[in-house]
Amino acid sequence: MISLDDLLPLLPLLITTVTVVITMIAIALRRSHAASATITIIGLLIAAFVAIRMMPYTNQQITPLLVIDQFSLLFTALSCIFALFIAILSYPYFLKLDDHKEEFYLLLGIATVGSIVMVSSNHFIGLVLGLETLSMSLYGMIAYPLHSKNAAKNPLEASVKYLVLSAAASGFVLFGIALVYMQTGSLAFVQLEHGNSEIILSEGYTVLALMLIAAGISFKLSLAPFHMWTPDVYEGAPVPATAYLATIGKMAMFVVFLRFVLVSDALSFGSVLAAFSLIAIASIVIGNLLALVQQNLKRLLAYSSIAHMGYLMIAVVASFSNQNTLSTEAISFYLVAYLVMSLGAFGVISIVSSSENEFDLVADFQGLFWRAPWLAVIFTAMLLSLAGIPLTAGFIGKFYIFFAGVESSLWVLLFALVIGSGIGLYYYLRIIYAMLLPRALEEERFPIAGIESLTSYCVLAILFLILIILGVYPAPLMNLLENAVSLI
Amino acid sequence: MILVALISILFIGGLLSWAAEGLDSKFPRVVALITILIELAVVIFLLQMDAGGDSYIASVEGEWIPRFGIGFYLASDGLSVLMIALTGFLGLVAIGAAWNEITEKTGFFYFNLLWTLAGVIGVFTALDLFLFFFFWEVMLIPMYFIIAIWGHENKNYAAMKFFIFTQVSGMIMLISILLLSYLHYVSFGRFSFKYEDLLLLEIALPLQLWIMLGFFVGFATKLPSVPFHSWLPDAHSQAPTAGSVILAGILLKTGAYGLIRFAIPLFPEASELFAPIAMTLAAVSILYCAKVAFAQTDIKRLIAYTSISHMGFVTLGIYAWNEQAVQGAIMTMLAHGLSAAALFMLAGGLQHRIHTRDMSKMGGFWKAVPRMAVVTLFFSIAALGMPGLGNFVGEFLALIGAFQANIWATVAAAFGLILASVYSLWVIQQVFQGEYKMGAGVETGLIDLDKREMTYFVLMMLGLIWMGLYPQSFLAMTQPVLAQIIT
Repeated sequence: MISLDDLLPLLPLLITTVTVVITMIAIALRRSHAASATITIIGLLIAAFVAIRMMPYTNQQITPLLVIDQFSLLFTALSCIFALFIAILSYPYFLKLDDHKEEFYLLLGIATVGSIVMVSSNHFIGLVLGLETLSMSLYGMIAYPLHSKNAAKNPLEASVKYLVLSAAASGFVLFGIALVYMQTGSLAFVQLEHGNSEIILSEGYTVLALMLIAAGISFKLSLAPFHMWTPDVYEGAPVPATAYLATIGKMAMFVVFLRFVLVSDALSFGSVLAAFSLIAIASIVIGNLLALVQQNLKRLLAYSSIAHMGYLMIAVVASFSNQNTLSTEAISFYLVAYLVMSLGAFGVISIVSSSENEFDLVADFQGLFWRAPWLAVIFTAMLLSLAGIPLTAGFIGKFYIFFAGVESSLWVLLFALVIGSGIGLYYYLRIIYAMLLPRALEEERFPIAGIESLTSYCVLAILFLILIILGVYPAPLMNLLENAVSLI
Repeated sequence: MILVALISILFIGGLLSWAAEGLDSKFPRVVALITILIELAVVIFLLQMDAGGDSYIASVEGEWIPRFGIGFYLASDGLSVLMIALTGFLGLVAIGAAWNEITEKTGFFYFNLLWTLAGVIGVFTALDLFLFFFFWEVMLIPMYFIIAIWGHENKNYAAMKFFIFTQVSGMIMLISILLLSYLHYVSFGRFSFKYEDLLLLEIALPLQLWIMLGFFVGFATKLPSVPFHSWLPDAHSQAPTAGSVILAGILLKTGAYGLIRFAIPLFPEASELFAPIAMTLAAVSILYCAKVAFAQTDIKRLIAYTSISHMGFVTLGIYAWNEQAVQGAIMTMLAHGLSAAALFMLAGGLQHRIHTRDMSKMGGFWKAVPRMAVVTLFFSIAALGMPGLGNFVGEFLALIGAFQANIWATVAAAFGLILASVYSLWVIQQVFQGEYKMGAGVETGLIDLDKREMTYFVLMMLGLIWMGLYPQSFLAMTQPVLAQIIT
């Protein structure tokens, strides 16, 4: 039985769930876009606050499915905070939608519930539950402007693409889980043993199981060669949904993946290690090379996210031979930095776009530096951070990954990282250069947003500040992560 | 604290001059000028400070990222102080060069200019390798903006190439830095990026060579030395004059400084092994780039190639690694900083007047602009190494020192002096002598140097003469530093 003591650590999850229910009731009583958004934002804010307050003194296994420790609470808080940022950005975006707008926040809340479950689970059931909750809501979020007569993109196409491929990927994961269960007799994350005489099938099946799970997870993380869906879905979805998928969706998946890899010791199987290394290199090379030729920012960021997930995989591979927790910290820090800079970039696109009209071409941003200097400065900072330039969080993140790689002597992977970053500079600078060009007055397509986007500007300003603070004085977050990671 | 002040004055001045644009587009340059004058006052104060038995004239140390043993550690000895003085002086010159040339987005321009200088001073003072790398990268971004916004016809390509070259080589250096820190962890049980800590490491030879190569690639790209030099001619020919001044006068010197401060002292055995290769590369740089310079028609590209050629003497001197040679390298850095900056300003001035850099469209300008011609002649002669001027002292010392270390490379490099006179005089002949050609777009005739420009040039001339006639005042500053690091 679950006692009250067990419920207490679950508070952030419960608060988020309650928020969703309240939103639903509110919608049933009276439709109001503003009310729906406000309830969601306040609920998520409380959940984030509670999670942060609980962080120092909670470390508990709640039911076999979930573990609430510093690490999971940190990412719970991040999920809630970033979900609430996305909710704020969605409000002006959907303001003129010629359809019901309220349910988007409902879906966003449910997706956040899924992501909280994922970051807290150390059990396959928890993983699948969280993953499906998150994915199901994302299908809805991606297809949200479906009934709108003048939707900017093709949300239905994107959603169906994501649904079909995602379902197939889930199938892979489930098959892998079944094989692991056959070997270990447990659905909890446990260490997979080598050459144990008690296991029924040979070691090859364990490797097969791990490969299947890795393939499914790689799909969700859009790692090459399972990345094909990414640019289309990113482009077709409304910007807030893209932002959610790109930030929280990736983060939650990576956290549970990391926990699984650490607990199961999956990298002790040589072929798994090799496969992960290949996935990392392929993602870095393919992501960066294909991003070079993109004219659409959403597609460009899609390919760049493939490359970034590749960088993260380097740290995952490094975790095998690290004697300390360096690579786990590296992954955590990079995830935080990635959340900030990725949401920052999508936030800029979102602020100039609306559900009828998305301005996501590089050419749309020509001369932004002289039209809206602050917006351009923020966008430039986000792009430089994605490129890993100092004074930004992205640099410290990349520094961490380099360090993890050096400690494990992964020279080939580091070489890929250097080359990939070099290529990456080119396409990030291309966007910055477009913003630096003189204004093209007759072609200035998007209006600079007015007062209704004030809150969105605040979100961007906060993200900008976090980006710079993490880039200049990362010590507090580092200490926090060192602490959190050591308790896993 | 004085070092923190040096950097923060420039950072704050940059922000202020950006903000000043809101009032009037002419204010930023005034703010920038005041900032740099305050900076120079602080530098002069620093020059008069006495080390008093300490190895550093000024230093400041604080915690920054304790997780990795990274400190905010700035310190300056005679070598860094000289480099800081050069930076401050050329910063003033660069503002002078930009004074009338930059008319658009002035606030953002001076912001970038001052931030580049701040990054450079950070590079010259940081003794924590992470902090050093941090500044190393920080100085690039504003420079990218300077080239990309205020550059000439092919600015996007040039700015991109500049950034990618330096950034990728920087990342290779970062791997080496991290490896050092990790080795410190293996030997002493904690991470450290502090210069003095890392000097204590004893690294086995094959590994030491690899780590050293990481540093070499980073610094040789910045220097630049063949085969990492191809970004420089593009960056120079496209950059606005002030950008060229900073690039040639200061940014290139950070690479040489890095070699003297880090690449060789940290890896003595590996550097000794590598020295013949480095010196050969230096000799190749000197001869090859002098030859290529001769083939240019674009006057800025020509000067850019001669810069690479002159920086070859610096590499040669540094890798000879005896006191004389390194003194020579440092003198060359200082003198070349002034002469190259002056030549780029003259080329920029010509371009500003006749809207072309193509030398085939120039000729016979002596009559029209006598002052400019004399000034150009002076700096060309300085660059080719006329005794009595700074460049001669530097190259002469570098060659004498290098002769003791590697005879053949030195003999080959000495031929560079002949080539230098050929191309220098060739420029004078092309531009100022022969038949008078009206450059494209000039109907009213050329305007000679005005008082403001003459002031800058006279200051730089005096500097070069000082270096040439009484180099001891500079040598005395670096001598104790070199005595300590050259064993």
